[in-house]
This record gives sequence, C-alpha cells and structure tokens, in this order.
Amino acid sequence: MNINLTIIGQAISFAIFVMICMKYIWPPITGALAERKKKIADGLDAADRAQRDLELAQEKAVADMRKSKEEAAAVIEQANKRANQIVDEAKEKAREEAARLVTAAKAEIDQEANRARETLRADVAALVVAGAEKILEASVDANAHAQLVEKLAAEL
Amino acid sequence: MASSGDTLTSSEYISHHLTNLTFGYHEGTDSWRFVDTSHGIMPEDFGFWAIHVDTMLWSIGLGLFFIWLFKKVANAATSGVPGSVQNFVESIVEFVDDNVNSIFHYKNALIAPLALTIFIWVFLMNLMDLVPVDWVPFIAQEMGVGYMKMVPTTDPNATLGMAFSVFFLIVYYSIKQKGVGGFLAELSFMPLGKWFLPFNLFLEVVGLLAKPISLALRLFGNMYAGEMIFILIAMLPFWAQWMLSVPWALFHILVITLQAFIFMVLTIVYLAMAHDDH
Repeated sequence: MNINLTIIGQAISFAIFVMICMKYIWPPITGALAERKKKIADGLDAADRAQRDLELAQEKAVADMRKSKEEAAAVIEQANKRANQIVDEAKEKAREEAARLVTAAKAEIDQEANRARETLRADVAALVVAGAEKILEASVDANAHAQLVEKLAAEL
Repeated sequence: MASSGDTLTSSEYISHHLTNLTFGYHEGTDSWRFVDTSHGIMPEDFGFWAIHVDTMLWSIGLGLFFIWLFKKVANAATSGVPGSVQNFVESIVEFVDDNVNSIFHYKNALIAPLALTIFIWVFLMNLMDLVPVDWVPFIAQEMGVGYMKMVPTTDPNATLGMAFSVFFLIVYYSIKQKGVGGFLAELSFMPLGKWFLPFNLFLEVVGLLAKPISLALRLFGNMYAGEMIFILIAMLPFWAQWMLSVPWALFHILVITLQAFIFMVLTIVYLAMAHDDH
C-alpha cells in the first residue's frame, strides 16, 4: 500500500475520461432522451387532439343528422300540404267544370226546348191555318189573319 | 489455491495477491525495475517515483471500455425506438441525471458527466473483484508477469487519485463561486464567528481535507476488505470454497454497486456544497 505516481496517473486518466464523457457522451445521449421525451409528449398531445376532434366530429354528425331529419320532415310536410292543396284545387276545378257543364247542358236543353217549342208553334200555326182553311173551305188571307193566328199560336 | 505455489506459504500467497505490479526506480539496486519480492525487491522500497502498472492498465482499460460503450450509444443515439444497449445506457444516464438534479441545483455542465464517469468507472473497477482471485494473476504469471492486482479500487492510489481530483474541483468551485476571500471567510468564520478564527480554521480545514480522504478510503477499504475475504476463501480446500465464495460474491454485487453509487453521490454533494453560499 504505497502511495506513488499511480495516484497522479489515476487523476490524469480520470480527468481525461471525465472530459471525454462531458464532450462526446453526455450531450448526445441526454439530447436524444430529451428529444424522445418531446416526441412522446407531442404524440400524446396529438392523440388527445385527435380524440377531441373525433368527439367534435361525432357531435357534428349527430347534429347534422338531426338537422337533415328535421329538414326532411319539413319537406315531407310541405309536400303533403302541397298535395292536399293540389287535390283540393283539382276537386274545386272539377266541381266548377261539372257546374259549367251542367249549366251548359241546361242551356242547351233550354235552347233545344225553345227551338222545339218554336218549331212546334210554327207547326201548330201552320196546322191551325191549314185546319181553318179546310174548315172555311175558303182561302183565308194569311196576311189578313196572321195577327189572329199569331195570337192563337202564342196561347199554345 | 496458489497456482504456481508448490512451496508457497499462506502469508506469501496473500502478500503475493496484495502486491501491485510496481515499476520504478529502485534505490537498492540503482536500477529501473519491476517489483520482485522473491528477490528482495519489495514494493515499499520504491518510494514515490514508481507506478502500479496493473492498476493503471486495468483502470485505463476499463475507462476505455466505458468510453467505448457509451460513445457507441451516443453516436447512434436517436429519439426513436432505442435498442437494448441504448436502452440500458440511457437508463443509467437517466438514473445519474435524476440523482444530480435532485442534489445539485446549480447550472454546471461538468457535474452530470463527472458523476456518470465516476459511477460507471468505479463500478467497472469494483466489478473486477468478482473475477475469481486466482485467474488473472495465474494467467499473468504464465505470461511472465509476476504480479497482477486486477481491482484498481483496492489500490489506494486509484481511489485517492480520483478523490483528490474531486477535492481539486471542490476548491476550484468554492473559489469560483465565492472568490478567494469568500472561500477563506467560509473557512475562518464558521461555525463560531470571528473571535474563534484559529479554532474555526482548524475545524474547517480538517473538515475540508476529510472529504477526499474519507471518499477515497471508504471505497478503498470496502474493496480491499472484499478482496481480502475472496483471497482468504481461495485458501480453503477447493471443494469447500463455493460455500463461502458464492454468498460473498452475491453480497459483493451489492457492495460494488453501492460503493460506486456512494462515491458518485458524495461527489455531487460535495460539489453542491462548494457552490452553496453560506
């Protein structure tokens, strides 16, 4: 157990190893560690953010779906309303058309009846005149007695 | 038992195992030579200007291994998925970094690498204690090298060399942080005020010097004692050795790690105290 130069030799090699460690070993390793720590933290952050984004997207999707459902319901309701309206309008139109047709038919019927009546009246007048001629056996002046015949015909 | 020892006594065996491969100027024979106890060239004859070749070789070799391993990881260090070696090295680095951060609250780029170097280097040097005590000396002897003490931390030169380096840093940072005056004032006016200056100075200087000495001798003492017990166990009959050497080796795994950790933590603590302003 002699103290000798070894003590200095050991101190020198110690100093050299410490310097090498300080210069070339410690910084890269701790640098890599710090960088990895940062990467992991970033990764966790990103995962959190993605989770939040997912939740937001889900909420948005639900809201969108509800909105579209409401819109669809509104559209359907509107369509129903419009359909009812169309049916009502069609009914109304049909009714009007029917009424018009009835009126027209009635008018025609009246017209026909009138015409028939006129014809009948003319025929009756002619018949009356012919009858009268026969009865009288004489020629009656149609012109002279027209007024009388007319009056007769009108009474028919 | 002793490899070459046909005529080796127990005390010769032990002293052989405890002798460093010393090289230096030997006054008795007026020559530069290695230690050779069988020819009366005793290690204590060499004086200060000698060097323990085995201590230097093993400590530098292990230091280079540490540098090589960690440098390899440092070069390839990525922030991506780490490999197993990188993971192992990183866990050590983080462990050391945590310790430094919890003890040392100043900005100093030296402390953490210093602590890492101490922890790994001392651990590796201590680890050599677990190599069976006869293997390496036997191989060395076969190669013609008479002595080979392969655990540098059982050499007080190694532990004192490191501890005095730490001591130098303590003094350096004390002066850097507080100035020469501040440092001297700290030594002179604590703990009892200026009227007890000589007493304070004596107390503080002893306290200051006790730091590196205790740091070095704690490590040396533990490792030396452990080594000694391994040597004593190795003197038992070969079939009985495992009963003691296995438990002792298992226990020693704890000791070598703990001693490396203590050396590191105390270094950090002392340097933190050097930065503290009272």
